[in-house]
Amino acid sequence: MKRFIGFIKKEFYHIFRDRRSLFILFGMPIAQILLFGFAITNEINNVDIAILDHSKDATTEEIINKISASKYFTIKQMIANEAEIEPAFKKGKIKAVLNFEKDFSKNLIKNQNATIQIITDATDPNTANSITNYINAILQNYRQSENKAIQIEYQIIPQTRMVYNPELKSVFMFVPGVMTIILMLVSAMMTSISITREKELGTMEILLVSPLKPFQVIIGKVVPYIFLSVINAIVIVVLSIFIFKMPVQGSLFLLGLESVLFIITSLALGILISTISKTQQAAMMISLMGLMLPVILLSGFIFPVSSMPVPLQIISNIIPAKWFIIILKGIMLKGVGMAFIWKETLILIGMTLFFTGLSVKKYKIRLE
Amino acid sequence: MKTIGYIIQKEFKQIFRNKGMLPIIFILPILQLVILSNAATYEVKNIKFAYIDYDHTSTSRALIEKFNASIYFEVLNDFPSHEKVSAAMLTGEVDVVLEIPNNFERNLQKEKTANLSITINAIDGAAAGVESGYVNQIVQSFNKDVRMDFMDSSKKIAQPITIQSIPSFWYNTTLDYKTFMVPGILVLLVTMITLFLSGMNIVREKEIGTLEQINVTPIRKSQFIIGKLFPFWVIGMGLLTIGLILAKLIFNVPMLGSIIILYAYTSIYILVILGMGLFISNFTDTQQQAMFISWFFIVIFILMSGLFTPIESMPKWAQLITEFNPIKYFVEIVRMVMLKGSGFMDILPQLWKTLLYAFIMNGLAVWSYKKTV
Repeated sequence: MKRFIGFIKKEFYHIFRDRRSLFILFGMPIAQILLFGFAITNEINNVDIAILDHSKDATTEEIINKISASKYFTIKQMIANEAEIEPAFKKGKIKAVLNFEKDFSKNLIKNQNATIQIITDATDPNTANSITNYINAILQNYRQSENKAIQIEYQIIPQTRMVYNPELKSVFMFVPGVMTIILMLVSAMMTSISITREKELGTMEILLVSPLKPFQVIIGKVVPYIFLSVINAIVIVVLSIFIFKMPVQGSLFLLGLESVLFIITSLALGILISTISKTQQAAMMISLMGLMLPVILLSGFIFPVSSMPVPLQIISNIIPAKWFIIILKGIMLKGVGMAFIWKETLILIGMTLFFTGLSVKKYKIRLE
Repeated sequence: MKTIGYIIQKEFKQIFRNKGMLPIIFILPILQLVILSNAATYEVKNIKFAYIDYDHTSTSRALIEKFNASIYFEVLNDFPSHEKVSAAMLTGEVDVVLEIPNNFERNLQKEKTANLSITINAIDGAAAGVESGYVNQIVQSFNKDVRMDFMDSSKKIAQPITIQSIPSFWYNTTLDYKTFMVPGILVLLVTMITLFLSGMNIVREKEIGTLEQINVTPIRKSQFIIGKLFPFWVIGMGLLTIGLILAKLIFNVPMLGSIIILYAYTSIYILVILGMGLFISNFTDTQQQAMFISWFFIVIFILMSGLFTPIESMPKWAQLITEFNPIKYFVEIVRMVMLKGSGFMDILPQLWKTLLYAFIMNGLAVWSYKKTV
């Protein structure tokens, strides 16, 4: 036991001696969560649009004013004819063109009906869709204010309640995701590198002939990183509560426990990576190239898992981050207790055991 | 020139000799491009929808039938009570709940108006907005049917005005996310591979100690750097080529613009990334440090590139930061050229900035590279 503690101490010295890595380890997650918490949003805002107004009358002017007053749109350009639409899109700044038909006001009075064409640059389908929806909402608003005098009978009024995130803030969606990627990548990367580093430099051999048992070597390597990751997790949670006003509806204690569990899962994955790679380079490429995109894309961090094709939904189940994000959102936003997240917790525990078991099996005491 | 040739030869040999790394460099990115591009969709489908029908009339059933018929909703069973459905919402089994109150039909006929209560899980705010839109559409169209049924057709009513809007989606009429994401993800993979490889390469020689051996040879600084970086430039271009072919064959992504412009731009762009990698490896002592720094930048570059979330929605200060993000320019260019057919003049602003970036980055890298240890 004394030997083991000595070994852990050595590992701590290693880490604390490397000031630059230490700075990166703590500085980066803070910088990233601040940056992303403020910057990542899939709402649309201040979209540049252009207007092609064939009728230029009082009604079109009123509608244009309403659109320019909304925070979603900035009218960047007035276009004179259809031929100018294409060049405007090709430059890339203008995302939509509103095309008012000729005699707009006149048609509205005479036929009670007038037409607007909403042309969007649909290379980005999400933005194109949102623009169309927002413009339609503005038009609907206008129509309702014009139709006030008319009594509409048999009206069904849907009363919609947005629960867990009434203001629809995208921060609530992204902060748990950012926290997950940071913990996952930092933990997996750190352990995988630190073990392969000993292999590559040849010092692993020295450790293996020491009286420490192989599993003690591995645990000793991991303990300092658990410690560091926990500090990281605390910093991130504190930042998200105080800066992004993320609520923690559920128990803070449970949140802590689950975070430690997830950190251990990530570390176990890191150990597994280190047992299968020979060089630091290989370990890093696997933990970065292999983990980064799948974790970002398949975990439900940005894109909803339920909309993906079924095979990908199945694959997404093997991403530990997916389960941790569900747990985080559950505890922080829904305020659920263990009764609602025991399944996700068991899956994470199962994954940890699997990764550990596999690395014990693959672990070679002898170097070739 | 001959010296550079030999260094390049050595580097290529080292890359291809390392059998463990080859699949990571070539197969992993391709696999990710092919598989993960399918995941990147904001489309909201298969919405888990539950309802509580307190009314039990033909009208309430007709409304539920409408939801059943919609392709967006996956209608779960009727829940017996509010408590049960709240619990289901907490576990995540349900995302949208419709409650049809008692006397819904009667109110509609007698009072001419009736309420519906809809509860939406809004943790994903954007999806919640879309879901609410779908629900409203269905309710409105149902409302229209009901009005036709109930209304006395002989009674003349004042005609409300309507403004018809015709959406027209250019360049991607079917709103296919893959068309949008595949070029972007390809850009990302090219960037990651070239940055990670170049960032680690020289620092690895430093760490192992072989850099000193090279430093005492008559190889000049510039020869060494060019020789070191050229192979990665080739790998980057090769990856782009494979990716473009797959984009065409598997995802049928159009190539409206000139492929020459795309290659010309990429050849400059990769220089920026290589310069950055070299710069990082000059300022670090171990591969671990180099990797952490590359990781830090790449995560920021990815999430602030406009690849997954739009840049124009970011706050002004964040938009300013994206000006320093090379991936942003590449993502913009590849989408503009491939999907919109933008020409040389259209991409000129991005091209200038990238060129400037390449000069500064490589200048800094060469300047900071010291032959002494």
